[in-house]
Amino acid sequence: MEIRPILSALMRSKVALVLIGVQIALTLAIVCNALFIISQRIDKMGRPSGMDEANTFEVGSLGFGAAFDMRTTVQQDLATLRGLPGVQDVTPINRVPMGEAGWSTGIQLQPAQKTATTSTAIYFVDEHALDAMGVKLAAGRNFRADEIGFEPDFRNNGWPPVVIITKALAERLFPGQDAVGKQFYLGKDQPPQTVIGVVERLQAPWLDWKEVEYSTLIPQIRPYSTDIRYVVRAQPGRRDEVMKLAEAKLGEINRSRLVRNVESMEKVRAEGYRADRAMTIILCIVIVCLLTITALGIVGMASFWVTQRTKQIGTRRALGATQFDILRYFLTENFLITSLGLAAGAVLTYAFNVWLMTHYEAPRLPWYYVPVGFLCLWTLGQIAVLGPATRASRVPPAVATRSV
Amino acid sequence: MFGYYLQLGLRSLRRNPVLTALMVLGIALGIAASMTSLTLFHMMGSDPIPWKSDKLHYVQMDNWDPNQPYGSDGSPPDQVTYRDAVALMQAGKADRQAAMFRVMLPVQPENPEVKPYLAVGRATFADFFAMFEPPFEYGGPWDHGADAQHARVMVLSHDTNEKLFGGQNSVGRKVRANDVDYTVVGVLKEWRPRVKFFDLSSGPFYEMEDAYLPFNTAIELQMQSVGNNSCWNNFGDGWDAYLQSDCIWIQFWAQLDSSSRLAEYKSFLDSYVGEQKKLGRFQRPLNNRLPDVNQWLANQKVVPKDVTVQVWLAFAFLAVCLINTVGLLLAKFIRKSGEIGLRRALGASRGQLFAQHVVESGVIGISGGLIGLLFTAFGLMLVRALYENYQNVAHLDWTMVATTVLLAIGAAVLAGLFPTWRACQTAPAAQLKTQ
Repeated sequence: MEIRPILSALMRSKVALVLIGVQIALTLAIVCNALFIISQRIDKMGRPSGMDEANTFEVGSLGFGAAFDMRTTVQQDLATLRGLPGVQDVTPINRVPMGEAGWSTGIQLQPAQKTATTSTAIYFVDEHALDAMGVKLAAGRNFRADEIGFEPDFRNNGWPPVVIITKALAERLFPGQDAVGKQFYLGKDQPPQTVIGVVERLQAPWLDWKEVEYSTLIPQIRPYSTDIRYVVRAQPGRRDEVMKLAEAKLGEINRSRLVRNVESMEKVRAEGYRADRAMTIILCIVIVCLLTITALGIVGMASFWVTQRTKQIGTRRALGATQFDILRYFLTENFLITSLGLAAGAVLTYAFNVWLMTHYEAPRLPWYYVPVGFLCLWTLGQIAVLGPATRASRVPPAVATRSV
Repeated sequence: MFGYYLQLGLRSLRRNPVLTALMVLGIALGIAASMTSLTLFHMMGSDPIPWKSDKLHYVQMDNWDPNQPYGSDGSPPDQVTYRDAVALMQAGKADRQAAMFRVMLPVQPENPEVKPYLAVGRATFADFFAMFEPPFEYGGPWDHGADAQHARVMVLSHDTNEKLFGGQNSVGRKVRANDVDYTVVGVLKEWRPRVKFFDLSSGPFYEMEDAYLPFNTAIELQMQSVGNNSCWNNFGDGWDAYLQSDCIWIQFWAQLDSSSRLAEYKSFLDSYVGEQKKLGRFQRPLNNRLPDVNQWLANQKVVPKDVTVQVWLAFAFLAVCLINTVGLLLAKFIRKSGEIGLRRALGASRGQLFAQHVVESGVIGISGGLIGLLFTAFGLMLVRALYENYQNVAHLDWTMVATTVLLAIGAAVLAGLFPTWRACQTAPAAQLKTQ
């Protein structure tokens, strides 16, 4: 290989070398870190909520006026919704998973504990909740109809004696043990709650919350002043039709309330992860633009070199170098420049990652990002230089004899 | 001379249209990326009420759980309780003061063609309008008497007035909400502060309220806050117990017109908390805070992390674009060595050649800047579509337009400096010989 002559030629145009090298280094640093952020967001967006999202939707009701009565409204609504064609099941609920608003509270394992062991999201539901949300029971039992209470004033205390919690919460509270039958305290100076069931998974309303997998189901219908919501699960494939029907029916049967927030859980999910999706798309655009600019920059510089060295190329050809030799010369040269840039870029990439880790609690960049980045940029460089290099290889040997 | 250089520059740029396009595109993309993210950063982070932001102070008092601070860094709660809000209002020690919270208002329009709908209201005091200065289209704020009498009055937003009264002067008309009739006393013009700084509890870019009504009226009608509501201990059942509880759900602002007034208010707050401690409340160490608007926005981290990361990435991207332009300009100017040598031989000084090439880079900068501006507008459109509630922060103002063009020219000239310098080093004799 003719690495030495290439190197000595490069040393004669250090500036160009530095320019391309720095460009490659920055590109590597940005692309690796951006891709890492994207992969984290994609993982985050891919988390299941635990619900049968494809077939469920929420519908809210806000009562107004002196004539409005919450208890009869809920009873009537539930009967109406459950009677609609295409409906599999319905539960009342305070707020839905992934909806970015809801209720949370601390859990204590001992009655006299000063600070809470952990926080949990609270869902006030009835015995239809598991079926209506499509949540899988992993251990224990579901609520019974006679355990469901009605609490018209959401401010009141009074937690019911039985609850269902998520597996993640059970593992946090009672690591390595069977949580069913265990007790904890939701309210200070109040009787304990007994875990009667554990569900596989049910996320909290707040997707950026550390305790997002910690949820507790409370067998109680508890409106927020005159605001109540329902989760409706339609028979597979009938969601949109049932959604329209439910909205119309609820509007009809009671005129002293507003029917609102009629949203499929898929929409709720999309809204909840909106900022993450936005970040992903923006970073993708940045990466594409960046790679294009870098590639075009390489093409530009390589073309310039080819033009500048036309005479030398002609001379080499006249001295017996084949077209392939010339092609290989430029490819090798690009490989060397890219490699130098990549070496600097690797350092820059980790520096950027460390900066993100200290300021933005980002995790450490997995080791394989940089090698993969190397491969991609090597390939990009070779493809970018291929055009100018091919043009160089077609320079006829006769050029060497001209204009002397 | 400038005109001549401009002509030379344009001719030179036209000679390699592909290379020129590449440079202009590079600058435009780099500028667009950095300006899009910088605009967001600027709009979110800059002072929303610069003429009085240092006079408006958010009140924080630490009534939280003796066993556990509210914030993990020991910061006091970000809202206040009802009883403290009322006590501070009654004391009236600030130049102006307003407690406030968000409520739901199911509106029952007179016009049968408009169906009942949910409006969101802000329950507050008369001083709110003097403190935050929303512009009025018709009428004005209610007065302190209305606060004291729990009057059924309302100030409507521009959009609500549009919806209910077709945009006419509705002062004196009635609005029915949840079976209560309110008299309209004022209608606002469009009021969209970039950041909803007076209430960050539902997010800094949350929609503005549809109507404003007296705080005392909302309390009398037992309206529930729809903002954040946090409690740390048990309290009795019912509305009155809730009002007496240590639950926080009210934002409290005080206007203090001078630093001596601020100091006075600070000592008033300290003595108020001292009194309350005697009653057994406020068991945590004294931790009163009175951040002004900008301190409060910084404390609440209004600018999302994602936006800061985007700004850094975008400027790194701009750096790549600039380096790219440096390389391409270098290539171009060196290729022109012959011409430069000729001009030198004919008597042009280095300074003149330098000026000529700086003008040429400047032309690239202006073109890149203008196209970049177009791309920036497109980028902001994308941002508005991608994010929720970014309408008020993702748009260009004149400062940003000027910054964009200047940044582009500056960047291009900067990128042109080194290549120009290199090109001017040409020894005329050497270049002429090789021709």
